[in-house]
Amino acid sequence: MSMLVVNDLAVSYGNINAVQGVSFRVEPGELVALIGANGAGKSSTLNCLAGLLPAKRGDVQLQGQSLNRVPAHDRVAHGMALVPEGRGIFSRLTVLENLQMGAYRRDDKSVVRQELTQVFEMFPRLQERRDQLAGTLSGGEQQMVAIGRALMTKPQLLLLDEPSMGLAPLLVEQIFATVATVAKSGVAILLVEQNAQLALQLSQRAYVMENGRITLEGDSAGLLQDVRVRQAYLGE
Amino acid sequence: MSKTLSAKSHSLPAKVWAGYALLALALLVAPFIVGQVGGNAWVRILDFALLYIMLALGLNIVVGFAGLLDLGYIAFYAVGAYLYALLASAHFDYHVSAWIILPIGALLACFFGAMLGAPTLKLRGDYLAVVTLGFGEIVRLFMNNLDRPFNLTNGPQGISGIDPVSVAGYGLNKGITLFGQHFPSSYAYYYLFLVCMLLVVFVCIRLENSRLGRAWVAIREDEIAAQAMGINTRNVKLLAFALGASFGGVAGGLFSGFQGFVSPESFTLMESVMVLCMVVLGGMGHIPGVILGAILLTITPEVLREVINPLQRSLFGRSVVDPENLRMVLFGLALVLVMLFRPAGLWPSQRRREELEDDA
Repeated sequence: MSMLVVNDLAVSYGNINAVQGVSFRVEPGELVALIGANGAGKSSTLNCLAGLLPAKRGDVQLQGQSLNRVPAHDRVAHGMALVPEGRGIFSRLTVLENLQMGAYRRDDKSVVRQELTQVFEMFPRLQERRDQLAGTLSGGEQQMVAIGRALMTKPQLLLLDEPSMGLAPLLVEQIFATVATVAKSGVAILLVEQNAQLALQLSQRAYVMENGRITLEGDSAGLLQDVRVRQAYLGE
Repeated sequence: MSKTLSAKSHSLPAKVWAGYALLALALLVAPFIVGQVGGNAWVRILDFALLYIMLALGLNIVVGFAGLLDLGYIAFYAVGAYLYALLASAHFDYHVSAWIILPIGALLACFFGAMLGAPTLKLRGDYLAVVTLGFGEIVRLFMNNLDRPFNLTNGPQGISGIDPVSVAGYGLNKGITLFGQHFPSSYAYYYLFLVCMLLVVFVCIRLENSRLGRAWVAIREDEIAAQAMGINTRNVKLLAFALGASFGGVAGGLFSGFQGFVSPESFTLMESVMVLCMVVLGGMGHIPGVILGAILLTITPEVLREVINPLQRSLFGRSVVDPENLRMVLFGLALVLVMLFRPAGLWPSQRRREELEDDA
């Protein structure tokens, strides 16, 4: 069974149709990239999947279960976690408190503690700064907090919105390395990215969005060689 | 475990306990000392300080914990006060016990809180402030005009002759007689308000450290991220409004019984602003800070009232400026100075302080 199946999803802001009927899927354990230019509708798609925006039409299924009527805060319990654009960390809480907030919906305290250790193992930097206010961290560290916090919800599907945004190239590579680590641990990932090069190198499959529609899809390796992609997104 | 270590871990709580004991003693004798120095009027001011602490802590839940700017908070105080006045006075000739009215007042204020919260769920910041301001005014105008077609609130004249609060059949308006000396009602009410205030403080501390408290903080910090963490932002916000309002409802009922008279004049926008000032000035979201803010803002205007006129007379030989106006000018100046030099409030939480230092 597919992890996520999206069928003819449309999102609009009043008269503006941001997403005009997109269909795609993510298989269990797969890393899928959704690339495209600014304003192509990538983030709107992702926010709609997370339940933060209402869908105008279309159907979203997570592991065969329809999410159409599930409110945003309950989608977490269904195994879907969003790392919002611009990270959305709780800047006045400490790193530890941020991570604990990820476990807000969970009652299995001992398991949560174990996973906290795992997150700290994945991001040793956060262990060093666990009692520091998250707002005082660097951009890269804040992104680690956001990803770690999402992992604390114990997701089966992670929605990542522009993790490279506003980060220095060196940090972008670091963040992408951790995304790869998360993917290896078996969590399916839907990655929305403007940095097409890196996203295509990292992912197995990818969809290209343009003006609210998916115009290309396929193997990431193949798309990297595709003339249209190279011209439009890789600056050739 | 070694002996020295256990001795060390015991000595600290001993100090803390001694501190608590001293504080308890101070709170117990406070009205007698204040009454001795300043007379009964100052004991009344002390009583009002306790009421304002309850109000400020209630508003602190909405503004400080959940980060929702509410400029109509006094409406809940009004709801509690009028409920008490209607159910325990000659107005309708109902004389229900205060111990039944106060919980009902809390529930009714809760309900009004949710009524204000429900339509404003999507609003934030300035927009929310404007709607809540309107709500506060609507409630006051209702109180002012509901003497027709059927006389519910007695309009601008207000309701007088409200029953005092009785404890075990003893009307607190009779005051206390201690060692053959009689002390007026303000002394008796002081202890009632003190107990209620301590209860409110206790509930606030528990709330702050609860799951709900963490959800409020998350919403204050980033609503979208809070939702992404699985927090039902709608319910959690409604709970902030409702719980905050309930404190206002209880304080209103106590006010009604204490004063024996309520009128719409006591529930103007200025009162809402005053309570908000207490929260902001003291240190938003920090319980001890909010308490300090409430005490200072209740007492400072009264001190200015007592000081200004004699000062003018001794300086100029006569009263040059209307003391009432000058008092508010000085009060405003004090607020501006505090915000300039202590932007996080007089006694902010450790967290807020760190954050401001990092910004600098």
